[in-house]
Amino acid sequence: MKSDEVISKERMDEKQKSFVLVKNDDNNQSPKTPKQKPSLFKRYFKQFDMQLLVIPGLLLILIFNYFPMYGLVMAFQDYNIFEGFWNSEWAGLKHFKRFFNDPKFFEVMRNTIVLSSLKILIIFPAPIILALMLNEVRNMMFKRTVQTITYLPHFLSWVIVAGFATSMLATDNGSINILLEKIGLIDQPIRFLSIPEYFWGVIIGTNLWKTIGFNSIVYIAAIAGINPQLYEAAAIDGASRLKKMYLITIPSIMPIIVIFLILDIGNLLSAGFEDLLLLGNNPVLRSVSEVIDTYVYRVGISNGLYSYATAIGLFKAVISVALLTMANQIARRTENSLW
Amino acid sequence: MDKLTKSDCLMVGFIYVALLLLVFVTFYPFWNSLVISFNSGQDTSLGGVTFWPREFTLENYEVVFKDKRLVNAFLISILRTVVGTAMSVFVTAMLAYGLSKKELIGRKYFMIFCLLTMFFSGGLIPTFILIRGIGLYNNFWVMIIPTLVLVWYMIIFRTFFQQLPKELEESAQIDGASTWGIFLRIALPLSIPVIAAISLFTAIFHWNDWFLPTIYITNDKLIPIQTLLQRILNSNTATQAMANLDAGSAAHFSKMVTSFTGKSLSMAIMMVATIPIILVYPFVQKHFVKGVLIGSLKE
Repeated sequence: MKSDEVISKERMDEKQKSFVLVKNDDNNQSPKTPKQKPSLFKRYFKQFDMQLLVIPGLLLILIFNYFPMYGLVMAFQDYNIFEGFWNSEWAGLKHFKRFFNDPKFFEVMRNTIVLSSLKILIIFPAPIILALMLNEVRNMMFKRTVQTITYLPHFLSWVIVAGFATSMLATDNGSINILLEKIGLIDQPIRFLSIPEYFWGVIIGTNLWKTIGFNSIVYIAAIAGINPQLYEAAAIDGASRLKKMYLITIPSIMPIIVIFLILDIGNLLSAGFEDLLLLGNNPVLRSVSEVIDTYVYRVGISNGLYSYATAIGLFKAVISVALLTMANQIARRTENSLW
Repeated sequence: MDKLTKSDCLMVGFIYVALLLLVFVTFYPFWNSLVISFNSGQDTSLGGVTFWPREFTLENYEVVFKDKRLVNAFLISILRTVVGTAMSVFVTAMLAYGLSKKELIGRKYFMIFCLLTMFFSGGLIPTFILIRGIGLYNNFWVMIIPTLVLVWYMIIFRTFFQQLPKELEESAQIDGASTWGIFLRIALPLSIPVIAAISLFTAIFHWNDWFLPTIYITNDKLIPIQTLLQRILNSNTATQAMANLDAGSAAHFSKMVTSFTGKSLSMAIMMVATIPIILVYPFVQKHFVKGVLIGSLKE
């Protein structure tokens, strides 16, 4: 938003003065002073063809984004399909209390936080490391090939990725079991997909496989933007490659790293959804695969407890906004904040 | 360019090995699945199929292409992707172009109206109830209309439109072109690279989405390929998988039941659902890198 204002100010300076006056008029004064109101309407209809560009988009946003936001009131109601949002009975905080006393509360929160933390610890730094490694590759053909191949999994649906994972980890003809048997680490194939202890590892592994390449694009671009003179100066001082990476590359991309980390921390309660639904659907795995989002889905869509599920979702949204604000406050001290 | 010390050599060597390993790990699941899909099902169940098919056969693909439900799901996916992408990109570009105009009355408020949706949303259940309430449940358009406007892409478009040279539009205005004329004949043609990038992302979203149809569509004729594939993969046994196929191929199946297991067949379906993306991918790679960067610059 801020940068937008700066841009518009710059543009306005370029325009003739008269235009600036008109612009200032309609933004600041006309809504307040009743005298000018008719002229606002007139001007609105005069530029109706331009307004027609934005009307469909704004209407769609109103219907599909803002109506559901209003629908959040059902978290405080005993929602009833026949009565709707307007006539359902109010229930106060009943559904929130019910969630805190839900026997699954602890399990769901634990899975959510553990999976998110693992994702921040492993999935978040991996693309940065990949970008740093690619930066050391001088053979352009090799570099481009690695990029092309590692970006590809991002474009596959989770259904396909889960299918690959299931196939790789299968007990009959699963390549990972075949490999482990060949090396001699195991005698019997391991049933990776139905043993809870392995589940978090499977999820982290598939997420890593899917995202590492594509998420590195931003870091690769940031590294490409570093002033080459810095490296030249370091080379004169006799710095090794490792030292250059450590002293120049990493500090230069730090601001971007911090921004993405803030966003990730804001998403701490979004521990994954499609991956968990697809790979963790086995009832044996529920105790380790159920996170807030999948629980909302199961309680709401499958069991039809609409108000209860909405309350859980709202609880999550509120905490997420708080987390994002907190992370941003901390980042502000390092002058890398989002806002 | 730069001289390598011994420790540098060691590091670079390590990096090359690590990257080669990454490439192998990324590529292998594709290759292995492709191999299994060309291997006879009975043979696959014996295990040990890795880099090359042991008993090469096309029969898995024959079953896939003979199955009416699969073909129908495939067509639904194509229809959804084409219609959804075209409409979504057009409506989003329209909104972005309007909001890029300084003289648009209410521009600032409209912008805030759009941006707020990036931070707050009603969530799954209220959206579900809304969609049922307005009669989109079990309707083809449920896969298209609710996701028409994508605010994030709107911002990318808008940034791009703002960077277009003003002189072009101004001279067109002097020649008597209307706002819409300028939008359609000048702004859009000049934005082909952005349109390409955003169309690619939108198309991939539509092609890959399996979840919306799972909750909003029960009519089997409207199910896209990814959702059907998910059902088939989720059914653990071959016979369960076959229950998801239509009668024609089930008969075909029972004839050759001895030579089949679900796995090779599943892999063939997966390949059919993946190959369109892999075919398009090399041609658009250039564009999506640009698209990602336009987006993150704004951040």
